Parts: sequence; C-alpha cells; structure tokens
Amino acid sequence: MTYRLAPVDTTAFAAERGGGDLTVIGSVVQRSDARGHVTGRTEFFEDVAPPRLAHLKMHRSARHHARIAAVDLGEALAVPGVLRVLTHADVPNNLYTPLKLIGVGPDDEPILAVDKVRYLGEPICAVVAETEAAALEGAARVKVTYEDLPPVFDVEEALREGAPLVNEYHGQNHFIYEGHHCRRIRFGDVEAAFARADHVLEWRYQSAPIEQAPVETTGCVVIPQADGRLRIHSDTQACFFTLDNTALILETPFNKLRIVGGTVGGGFGGKVDVVVEPIACVAAMATDRPVKFVYDRAEEMQVSSPRAAERLYIKDAVMNDGKIIGRKITLYVDAGAYARHSPYGVTKAAAHLPGPYAIPNVWADCHCVFTNRTPSSAMRGFGVTIADFALESQMDQVARTLGMDPLQLRLLNAYRDGDVKAHRKVAEGTALVEVIQKAAEMSGHELPETYRRMSSTTREGL
Amino acid sequence: MPSQIVSLVVNGEHREFIAAPGATLLACLRESLGLTAAKRGCAQGACGSCTVLVDGRPEASCLVAVETVAGGSVRTLEGVATGGDLDEVQSAFVDCFATQCGFCTSGMIMVAEALLDRNPDPSEEDVIEAISGNVCRCTGYRPIVQAVLEAAARRREEAVTR
Amino acid sequence: MAKLRGRGYASVNYPTGMNLGGDPSQALVHATTTGTFVISLSSVDLGQGIKTIAAQCAAETLGLPMENILVDTADTDTGPHCMGTFASRGTHRVGNAVIMAAAEARGVMLEVAAEELEVDAADLETDGTGYIAVKGAQDKRVHITDLALAAHFKHGRTISGRGIYLKEPSVPVPETGEMDPDSCQAHACTVAVVEVDDETGVVEVLELFNAYEIGRALNPAMATQQVEGGAWMGLSHALFETTEPYYPARDHGPRDFAGYLMPGPADLPVQHSLLLERPSANGPYGAKGIGEMTANAPIPAIANAIFDACGVRLTSMPFTPERVLRGLDALKTEETC
Repeated sequence: MTYRLAPVDTTAFAAERGGGDLTVIGSVVQRSDARGHVTGRTEFFEDVAPPRLAHLKMHRSARHHARIAAVDLGEALAVPGVLRVLTHADVPNNLYTPLKLIGVGPDDEPILAVDKVRYLGEPICAVVAETEAAALEGAARVKVTYEDLPPVFDVEEALREGAPLVNEYHGQNHFIYEGHHCRRIRFGDVEAAFARADHVLEWRYQSAPIEQAPVETTGCVVIPQADGRLRIHSDTQACFFTLDNTALILETPFNKLRIVGGTVGGGFGGKVDVVVEPIACVAAMATDRPVKFVYDRAEEMQVSSPRAAERLYIKDAVMNDGKIIGRKITLYVDAGAYARHSPYGVTKAAAHLPGPYAIPNVWADCHCVFTNRTPSSAMRGFGVTIADFALESQMDQVARTLGMDPLQLRLLNAYRDGDVKAHRKVAEGTALVEVIQKAAEMSGHELPETYRRMSSTTREGL
Repeated sequence: MPSQIVSLVVNGEHREFIAAPGATLLACLRESLGLTAAKRGCAQGACGSCTVLVDGRPEASCLVAVETVAGGSVRTLEGVATGGDLDEVQSAFVDCFATQCGFCTSGMIMVAEALLDRNPDPSEEDVIEAISGNVCRCTGYRPIVQAVLEAAARRREEAVTR
Repeated sequence: MAKLRGRGYASVNYPTGMNLGGDPSQALVHATTTGTFVISLSSVDLGQGIKTIAAQCAAETLGLPMENILVDTADTDTGPHCMGTFASRGTHRVGNAVIMAAAEARGVMLEVAAEELEVDAADLETDGTGYIAVKGAQDKRVHITDLALAAHFKHGRTISGRGIYLKEPSVPVPETGEMDPDSCQAHACTVAVVEVDDETGVVEVLELFNAYEIGRALNPAMATQQVEGGAWMGLSHALFETTEPYYPARDHGPRDFAGYLMPGPADLPVQHSLLLERPSANGPYGAKGIGEMTANAPIPAIANAIFDACGVRLTSMPFTPERVLRGLDALKTEETC
C-alpha cells in the first residue's frame, strides 16, 4: 500500500456499525482533485487573469487606537498608474457585521475607517492602480494624521470601569447576549457542590492569537460582466455568505453579484470573514475594470483575523474518589476591535463546557471582549480548541492532586448516552469511554478490568 | 529604467516576453506566459510554493529578478507531465494521497524533481532536507515524504525495465 | 543537563455543525442524456475533500460507479445554497443533501427503467456497475447510458433530484444557556510522548497515539489525511504558533513564515492513529464532522506530557523553550527555598 491508512477498529460498537452492503462508502476512492493539483491545472482564484486587471492595496492604520484628524490623498493620487483612492465615502453602506445575516447585531465595523481606528492595520484607504507596484506606492504615500487615544489590550483590563472604550457601536467593551453581559451556562448548584466537595481546585489558562496560515492568502478577483453584474472569483469558505454580505455593503440587489469559488488553498476558518470582496467590488465599479485584491503574507499574518486569545479560570469541586461534582468556568475571549464571528464562537464555547464529562453542577460565564487588536474570528476548532487545552490540562492537574491515573479519572467522569449536558441536551452517540480505552490499548497504558469493561452505552463500573 | 525583452527556454520551448524592470520570474511565468502552476504563497521566499527549476536548480521564483536568468532554462510543473501522462513524482503524489488543498503541491513536486534528478536513491533524510523550505499547512508532511520516496522507487524500477 | 521523557493524556469531544440561525445546505442532481449524474452545489473545498465525498455519497445512493458522477461547485449562479465550509459541517450537511437529492433521482431512474424493461420498479436493483437489473434475472437489465438517453428522447422524463439538509435554528435561553446547537459529537483521545531538553527548553514530541471516533469513515484514506494533518496542526499550536508572542503586548508579531514557526518535516513525531465508528443517527451513512476536532487533543496531551517529563506546568500556550526554561528556573527556586 502506497498511502497512509489509519486502521478502522471493528470491535467497538460492532452491533451498531453495520455498513456491509455499501459499495463506495467506506472504500478508499482517489481524490477527484488530485490530478489537477499534481499537474498545476487546478484553478485557484488568483490564476484568473482577465485583461486590464487593476490592483488594490490598502493603506492601513499605523496606530492601535486613534482619532483620524486628517487624510491627505494628494501624493498617492500623483503616483503614476494610480487610478483611484477609495475612502469610506465611496462605500455605499460602510458599516457592517458579517453575522447580521443570522440576526446578530449591531453593525460595528467600517469597511474603511471613518473618524477613528481601533487596531493596528485597520484599513483606511484603498488604492487602485494599473500595477501592483503602483498600488503599493500609492498606499505608502497616503498621509494620515492621528490623534492618539489610549489603547487597551488585556481582556480583564478592558472590562474594568474606566477602561478606554474600544468600539462605540457596542457602547461597552463586551458583546451583550440578550441583556446579559456574557453567554451564561447555569446548571445545578455549583456553590453547593463546592461546599460539600473534598477538594476545590482552581487554575488559570491562557492562549495567544494563532494565525490560520493557509498557504494561499485571502483574496479575490472581481470582473465586471457584459450584463452589468460582477463576477467575483474568491477563495471564500462560504460563497453565499460572502455574496449576501457584499450585496448589503454595496447596496445592490443580491443578483447583481456572482461568486465563483470552491477551490481554496487552505482555509482553516480564516476565509469565513468578508474582508476583501466588498472593497474590491467598489473598486471594480468605480473603475469599470477587473480588480484584484489579495492579502500579502504580512497582512495575512498580522491583519487577517486570527484564532482568538482566550483566558479561562476553571474551578472544580472534586470528591476523594475522583468524581467531579461541580465545575465553574469564567472564559474571556479576546475578540479584538470588532465582533466578526466572535459572538457565535463564544456561544459555541459555552455549549462545549464543561467538556465531555458528566458533571451535575456547572456554572459558566463566557465573555466576548473587545480590545484594540486585530479582530479575531473563526479558526479550526472555533470556541473549542483552547477550551480543550484548559479543560484537559485541568483534568491532568486534578488527577495529579488526587494521585489518580489520568485516564481512570476521565473514564470515571466521562459522559455517556443519556447524560444531560450542561446546556440541557441529552447526550447520544457518545464514545469518549471507547476512544480512551483504545488509546490506552494502543499506547500500552494498562487499565484495570473494571475500567476496560466500561461502556458509553451502559453505567457499568460507575 | 525601461521594460525589456527577455528570452528564456521554458519547459523546452523558446519564449520571449516583455518584462517590467525588477519583474520577478514568478510574475513573468504567471502573467506573461500564462503558466500558473507556480503559486504566490508569500512573495518572501519562505514558503516554496513558487519553486521552479532554473537550469536544473530549485529556486523560489518570487525572489528571482527575471533579467538575472535571461537566456536560461526554466522548468515548471506544466513541463513535468509528457503528453498528458503523469511522471513518477506526480503519480506518486496522487497515489500516496499527498495532496489536500493542492496549493503547495507544485512547489513540492518541483523540489522533488530536482532531488531525484541528482539523487535517484534518496534516503528519508534527503527527502526531508529537500522539502524543508516548502510549507504545507494541511498534510503534516508525512504523505509528501512518502510520495517522494515512492516516486524514487518507481523511477529506479522504470530505469531497470528500460 | 538531561533529556527528560514524559507522557500526557487528553480526551475530547467535538460538535458537528453549529447552528444559531438555521443551518441548511442544498444539492441538486440531474442526469445528462448519456448517464452522467451532475451534482450541483455551492459548497467549498478547502482541501478537506468535499468534492470527492459528495461524489461518493451520490454514487452510493444512486447505486452507480464513481465514474458516472461529476460534482459542479461552487458557482452561486448555478449551485443551490450552502452555508459554507466551517464548523465541521460540510460532510454532514452536504452529504445528507446529496443523499436526499440522489435518492429522488434514483427513484425516477428506477421508474424509467421499469418502463423501459416493462417490469415493476420495486423489482429493480443496482449493483454499482452501471446496470439497473431485475432482481434475480440478471440478463434483464439496462445500462444507465442507454436508460438516460431513452428517458430524454423516448419517455420524456428528467432523471433528477433535489436535496436539502436543515438543522433548525436554536436560540439559547439567555438565563441558563439551554440550547441545541449541534447535530452529533465526534470523539478523540491522544497520548503524547515528549522529550524535554532541560538545558535548552526545547520540547520534542516523539510519539502521538490517537484514537478517533468519527461515526463513519466515508473514505478511510481521506479520513487519515484529516486526522494526521490535524494532529500535526495541534502539535504546531502547542509548541510554536502565535501572532503575538508576548500577548497581551502587541510587539514582536511575526510577518512571515520565517518568524511564524511551525514544525517542518524533520520535526514529526511517530503517529499511530485508529478510527472508531459509531454511526450517527443523523449523519450521512453515519458520518460525523471531523475536520476540526483532530487538532484539539494533542495540545493538552503535550502540556500534560511536559509536566510529566520535567514537572513544569505550562498553562499558557504555546509551550516555547522560553516558557519551559522559566518553569524549570521557578522549580529550582522553589527547591532552594
């Protein structure tokens, strides 16, 4: 066999697996896109090369938090090859938030900055030029005069009284969930659990922003069509989501736009944002020419939205036998200067708590906090990856404190079919017990008979 | 400085085109010659997606000013398959499931071609060294290493049969 | 100076799909007059392989070979709506929509074949070779190429189907957080073996043992790509990656791949992966979404292994040599006190 193949276990859930009559499903079928990839014929958005293509480059904020006192476009416009310099006044509906499509508000982010910048790298002016070099030169020659404002970078500092206000559209440095200052989970009585616990154990966990780092950067090529519509070649992860948001920003009928995509050089969540298409469309309409706007690597690294930094405090009520009877979690998600998809990510995090364990008393406050940094947004494992780092580090610290085997602690507390999770959904199709047992087996970690006999479908051994 | 006419042998064919001053080999391949297999991943010479062979050597074409290689010979991924038949490296990448998003694939195959041209029987360490300037964000690299070793074996076998 | 070995453990679950505003995807299927089935979508392939998986689901449901399937995506003029590729939803939502569309098309295909063969549609079967045959009478059969031609020119029928999968909106109860956001849960457990150099602070991951429960491996080779590539990303997150190394300070942010570190091919651990299948009641052929989950368990497993190796509890990501060394220094200070 020339390819890598993880074996499929046939022992666990043998009665439920079935599938013996399948002909194609469960078989190794060659990837339909592989031949295009190895011959170089796969067409990515940037391989589209329409004639008279103009290039867009952004002049970005040099400050973390400042008022814009003046913008001087004179020198930029004088650069040979510069066709237009677009400002907020050129964008029909300059204020948006991507999740307004599912009813999340308020609109809180300008396409191009108006009177204030809220993070380093925020777009202020878009320079459209005959060549990429001219667009870069033009962008470098835009002169912005700033009046600095104090920035806030730490999530807990941002929530303190008197902290600088990051985003006036929200009015405070956090997102409001139906009148609450955070997304809450309230299940059982966590304080009573702490009162009767043998051990109360609390630790803090912290992550830093992480870049999706697809090898293909975020971008698009917009081509005006014979019928007056715009064809947008894009590496978006969500074609209609991008189309609908772009149409709202352009204030055009939705059917004026057509997105062609579906072949993307890696996404990992970073290409769910709608950050290149709207302004590229404005540029294409303003110049009546095809326009390309693609992030360079430095923009991808520092300006495109990363995985949020998160801070978690986890406090557990634990009995001597290893049962966790209560878990209290305070989560701060650093959304950066604008909401983007963070309000949703925080709710996703809340639904994930307290991890894959049957804990009868759970209390969680999950805060979506605004700071003066690059807006964070979706990334592989949105809302869950960093929580898992914290939750599973916590499990290890609990096991160490009790002197228990770390896998036995997990098996003892693992959720099983029929358990009610903290967000009051009844668990079904669970398999945590079995993956732990198999990983133990694979790695030569011996489990006592009672733990090897446990199952996600029964209460045996509990 | 005015634009100039540059000539190159690209995939065995003599090509002439007009290049702006300072134009990179990558830009000329993609924009003047319509050869888009080489990708712009970083334009900083740090991701390897734009790798092509210049006189047989793998080069980050985003860092090569085209006038510095005028008159030279350039091989791109488009020149690897002959008459629509995949070569051993390409077919091994397919068979080993060494592609996911496909964006790094062109550069990976070109560094593999250069390696196998000079060393038909590379060790795993040789392959790792050869591809270590190329970034892949999807696969975790192991299928790519395996594909290059498989390609080497296939090429040696072909040489014996021939 | 020593290289210290340790083992760490982590087990996780991961939701398939996440729905706060309703989460639908559609698929349309139609046969050309020569028996190729075109699956029209607007779903995006980021490299995870939805084009291949959609074709497999269609071929299985139609009972036809893969060669008879084409996937046409993603053009908003021709493809029906898809919410997008995120939240481990693609295989689940799109797979289900394709199955529904293909099942409708199969129904028409069998009706037309029944007319063509002058039998009852209920007596027909497919075997994945391209023939529609009468059960128990294998000589009485018609090939899809001939049947599709006859459907168009002789019977006046379109062999086509429509599919949608919708997870209805779930609005969380603000007081309690009660909600029903996801469709199913996948599971994973990682055992990490690391070596910590107590002089340089460098952590090397030697081995990763990963067991993943993914509902159904629709294409085991592609599932392997996902789990191994994902585990690599988890390792990368754990040891290297951040755009703000001194968070919350904004300084020293990398702007290129020279500064934004990720493990290269020389830094790979030995990976042992195992797939478990507990088919999901609502998944396409039981499949759950796995694209995101695979990166998660390795991170805490590595943190826990570092503690096991050298006694340093790292509660801040990533686990850089600087943090390991500061941790070791703190331990020494404690000892001397």
